[in-house]
Amino acid sequence: MQRHLISAADLTRDDAVLILDTAEEMARVADRPIKKLPTLRGRTVVNLFFEDSTRTRISFEAAEKRLSADVINFSAKGSSVSKGESLKDTAQTLEAMGVDAVVIRHGASGAPYRLATSGWIDAHVINAGDGTHQHPTQALLDAFTMRRRLVGRDAGLGRDLDGRRITIVGDVLHSRVARSNVDLLHTLGAEVTLVAPPTLVPVGVETWPCEVSYDLDAVLPKSDAVMMLRVQRERMNAAFFPTEREYSRRYGLDGDRMARMPEHAIVMHPGPMVRGMEITAEVADSDRCTVVEQVANGVSIRMAVLYLLLGGNEPAVTHTRTEEK
Amino acid sequence: MDRQQDTSASDARPVLEGPDIARVLTRIAHEIVERAKGADDVVLLGIPTRGVFLARRLAAKLEEITERKIPVGSLDITMYRDDLRMHPPRALARTEIPGDGLDGRLVVLVDDVLFSGRTIRAALDALNDIGRPRAVQLAVLVDRGHRELPIRADYVGKNLPTSLRETVKVQLAEEDGRDTVLLGAKQTPQ
Repeated sequence: MQRHLISAADLTRDDAVLILDTAEEMARVADRPIKKLPTLRGRTVVNLFFEDSTRTRISFEAAEKRLSADVINFSAKGSSVSKGESLKDTAQTLEAMGVDAVVIRHGASGAPYRLATSGWIDAHVINAGDGTHQHPTQALLDAFTMRRRLVGRDAGLGRDLDGRRITIVGDVLHSRVARSNVDLLHTLGAEVTLVAPPTLVPVGVETWPCEVSYDLDAVLPKSDAVMMLRVQRERMNAAFFPTEREYSRRYGLDGDRMARMPEHAIVMHPGPMVRGMEITAEVADSDRCTVVEQVANGVSIRMAVLYLLLGGNEPAVTHTRTEEK
Repeated sequence: MDRQQDTSASDARPVLEGPDIARVLTRIAHEIVERAKGADDVVLLGIPTRGVFLARRLAAKLEEITERKIPVGSLDITMYRDDLRMHPPRALARTEIPGDGLDGRLVVLVDDVLFSGRTIRAALDALNDIGRPRAVQLAVLVDRGHRELPIRADYVGKNLPTSLRETVKVQLAEEDGRDTVLLGAKQTPQ
């Protein structure tokens, strides 16, 4: 039995549904006068952020504090990492302090896996985004948002996203959010279509459990949810498209395009948004756009993951993948 | 609620049947009205799973007696258990607090079986984070004894002296298809 959350692909359908159901109950704590549960009292969680992040770091911190864990925040800037300390030495320092869980964000794909499997550390490891690999809690909060909006808050309990059509648009090549979402949404029974310029579709995408299209306008009318990805300029080392204008004309979501989506369909974005690039202000500020909701849901999902991994004597998430159907 | 083992049908004998349970709940409803002098400010909170069904049934009886709407909700105590660290995490149940809240009200907690008292301790802790009731009382269908904490029930359906080698299983129509309380022998681990 694994004790870490490294990749959305490791979650079984039942694990994922359990996390979503637990998050639904966690969400109700936010409506209380005292937004706190005693569940992780006396457990220490370190947020180990080697890469910049606003919402993920704050979201994890809020979730940890609502569960009464002791929280230590670590960012690479202003730490011994800038003096040249290795991940191993940092990990051993944390181990010596007796931490129970490490939430790690790292620019290198595979860093959380290395931390979890190298024997440097005894703590549970939760991946908060590694390079262009995985960001499992983001996929979970996206699935949670979709289930709430497309199936229903109470009606969704115990259910997956069977048969829902999800379109993910934009910079798939550099996106750990897209990878995690494809894995998790497939596990939950949804049909995923990736839409991107050919230069931003990764090699090997044909082995992913999804469709690929280059034509956004053809896919929109058949989508229950459209997830726009940010164009990650900081990871780009080549010219992937001629101009920003051309990109947003072909792959950006504006009011006209949104009108072509089915009436119930929602627009999602993992944030941070680049308004005018992949999404126009009109769409970003519309009722159908769930960006703010996704942030609130992120806290509930992270509370659920922390509870299910750390709350008992062993994790409730089985983390062993069942046979592919 | 706590420490209920599955009782196989063969060796378990019913100690309360459907009509008994209905009568007991009617009596408890009358007792609540009597002790709360009209039950003006009563809020019933059931402890999942079966306490919630009992709370709803009690509320219906109270509404018959008082001809007023009685607020009823549920209080999940999973996150407040003192044995959280001894088991894998449990799935959470629903906490639903009636709209007007609990401040200044008389909260009656409702559960099926009172045993060690640890569930009720957890419930009192949970209440602490939700509001400040005027008073908290406890109604249970069965009190089987063996308290491990200084906790007692205000309204008891049936006092059932048991040994620790016995199990008490409450079945309710909403969840189990029939109303009964079964007393059986604990399965020895094989």
